[in-house]
Amino acid sequence: MTLRRLNWPLWAGFLLTIASVITFFSFLVWIPSTRNFPWATLLMFAVAAVLLVLGARRAFAAQQAKPWRAKIGAVILTSVCAFFIAAFVFAFFVAARWLPASTNAPQVGQKAPEFTLSDTSGKSVSLAQLLSTPINGSAPKGVLLIFYRGYW
Amino acid sequence: MCNSELRSIEQSLAAFNEHGIRPVAISVDSPDVSRNLAQQAGYTFPILSDPNVETIRRYDLVHAGAGENGHDIARPAEFLIDSSGTVRWVNLTENYWIRATPEKILEVGRLLK
Repeated sequence: MTLRRLNWPLWAGFLLTIASVITFFSFLVWIPSTRNFPWATLLMFAVAAVLLVLGARRAFAAQQAKPWRAKIGAVILTSVCAFFIAAFVFAFFVAARWLPASTNAPQVGQKAPEFTLSDTSGKSVSLAQLLSTPINGSAPKGVLLIFYRGYW
Repeated sequence: MCNSELRSIEQSLAAFNEHGIRPVAISVDSPDVSRNLAQQAGYTFPILSDPNVETIRRYDLVHAGAGENGHDIARPAEFLIDSSGTVRWVNLTENYWIRATPEKILEVGRLLK
């Protein structure tokens, strides 16, 4: 395939879609401003979508010896990209909201339920201890409890 | 995502300590798993294990069947508790990708006495 015949917008759109997903999970997810709302990833998807549409139009307008080849290629690449983009949007904006309501969680002004749990060395630690053990030599003003899903 | 949040807490640990706030992470992971995580990621704040979701249940944060092999795990949540044991700030995210930033937590933390 010569460079002139290569449908570069289509391939650029495909590579950009893959790159959007990879950069999100390897890099952007670590930065709160690109994780809490994935604007950078969505912007890359938008550019990729424009390229894919241009590429697909080009494929379908192509006057070639084997026009079906360009068309099938365009359909496959565009479908793969559409799947990735849809999966990302679904995972981020729909599936990620499937969380319990936690209506009986402690509220502001209430006493935090006491607990005793094992730390990473297997030693028991209570909330009362966490609230009283000095930080850098002075009494703590508070404890920030971060419940997380786990390393799985 | 969880790791992303814990990492941002670790990066702001000096600021938290300066304001007298002790971050503590809690999950269903065993102490061994948490220790490996802390060592690999360089976390120095306490990480506690609640494998039987007892504390997680008391805080009404059980996400039933959402873990590996259908295990119950915690939904993401943050609580800022003052020295008297009273809750001063709660964040129950509606989307598990979206977490409170250290800056936001410190805004509230500064007001603790």
